[in-house]
Amino acid sequence: MAEQAIPAWKKWLEGIGEQGVFFTRFVRNIFAGGFEWSEFMRQCYEIGYKSLTLVGITSFIMGLVLILQLRPTMVDFGAESMLPRTLSIALIREIGPVITAIICAGKIASSIGAELGSMKVTEQIDAMEVSGANPVQYLVVTRIIATAFMVPLLTLIGDVIGLFGGYIAINLTDDTSFYLYFHKCIASIEFIDFIPAFIKTIFFGFAIGFVGCYKGYNSNKGTESVGIAANSAVVTASLWIFVIDAIAVQITNLLYY
Amino acid sequence: MAQKNDIAIAEQTDKVNNNEVVIHIKGLKKSFGDKEVLRDINLDLKRGENVVVLGRSGQGKSVTIQCIAGLLTPDDGELDVFGEAVTEMNEDELKQLRIRLGFLFQSGALYDSMTVRENLEFPLTRVLKLKDQQEIDQRIEEVLEGVGLADAADKMPSDLSGGMRKRIGLARTLIVKPEIMLYDEPTTGLDPITSREISELILNMQRKYKTSSIIITHDLECAKITADRVVVMNDGEYIAEGSYEELQASDNEFVRSFFNEQK
Repeated sequence: MAEQAIPAWKKWLEGIGEQGVFFTRFVRNIFAGGFEWSEFMRQCYEIGYKSLTLVGITSFIMGLVLILQLRPTMVDFGAESMLPRTLSIALIREIGPVITAIICAGKIASSIGAELGSMKVTEQIDAMEVSGANPVQYLVVTRIIATAFMVPLLTLIGDVIGLFGGYIAINLTDDTSFYLYFHKCIASIEFIDFIPAFIKTIFFGFAIGFVGCYKGYNSNKGTESVGIAANSAVVTASLWIFVIDAIAVQITNLLYY
Repeated sequence: MAQKNDIAIAEQTDKVNNNEVVIHIKGLKKSFGDKEVLRDINLDLKRGENVVVLGRSGQGKSVTIQCIAGLLTPDDGELDVFGEAVTEMNEDELKQLRIRLGFLFQSGALYDSMTVRENLEFPLTRVLKLKDQQEIDQRIEEVLEGVGLADAADKMPSDLSGGMRKRIGLARTLIVKPEIMLYDEPTTGLDPITSREISELILNMQRKYKTSSIIITHDLECAKITADRVVVMNDGEYIAEGSYEELQASDNEFVRSFFNEQK
């Protein structure tokens, strides 16, 4: 008998339902007691410290390039002195969080997806489950919380490095003091620039960790599935970052403007 | 030698006297899509008994023990472990049951980001919740000596051979002293000498820890060494049952061809 094809919308709805169940398991296991602190710290190191170089280089280049691109236009308008302010607002409100999150989606979501996918294929997750241990608590809760914790920290560090990149770019053509540049940057940032941007990075981090864990934990049994899980984790997490960003901007505008 | 024989006689007497059924399976069915993998599985495992399930690859032998461990949910039939229906257990009850069950996966399924010691510590600290490091170390030492790999504690799984991985997998399962052991193809992919060593190790460990076991295999040598009773599976059903010697002389064509093909 030929197997009946399942309509795409049904598969999509099934996927939503499975993610809902996975999310419920995650939440229940946060409060189940016996939090895996040592694994959490290890994940913070793996996710945070090992992504620092990549985030740092990218942020530095972003700050540098933004100033180099902005400068000619700003000079035309006689607003060269506004460069530090423009850069700091752009970087802290939008570019810093989104670029850092996209970098993390590429590096962290894929690595979590591949790691858990490979554990699934080699029956390590089944072995954990069948031994009476709790794989969700050990593998999923620690990774999602570590990502939600480290992405905001990486963004903060990335923002500072990005501003430093801007300072270098300005000094390629002009002579601005370090103190004056950073004074202008910090003076132009207000509470409503910083807090909403910081809060949304927590959601970015959560989305990266959740998608990586979900795709890896639920991958099929076969070596090909590891690649599919990693790839799908990056694509889905990146998409979620833009969706969350759009929602966050709307909420911020509604609350503050 | 005389002492060994005494132990063996005492064990046989224990088995004869102890008829407690620890696993009861009746009319078990499981399908994946249109493919009916288990059609009508019936099996009772008694305390202290080693049952070997023989059959061709891809016939659903492993599916049976995955249902027992609660990794798969059967479509129909009775499946009781220690007198409790596995299909009616909630997550906590299943967790409690799994502490009393040991499952050795075909690949060993060692956690490859951890050393052998961390692999062995994992069930002790997470499942038995042991806190005393001295007791943990003592158990690790004891079980590693039991599987003949006392010096492997600080190695990574990637540094171990296939046979060593199986031994460590067995050690990790036995370290919590389970009452029932489920072995999924314990000798697949190993050379004949290592296969024999693993089969003998299974038997020794069963004697030492007094476990009841279901051993899924298509390796006749393994069945011959470990089995108190052998069941042969074909087409989603158990078609023959008896001692190794009885099945060797079976009239059933499939059973006879299975035994003869592997000679």
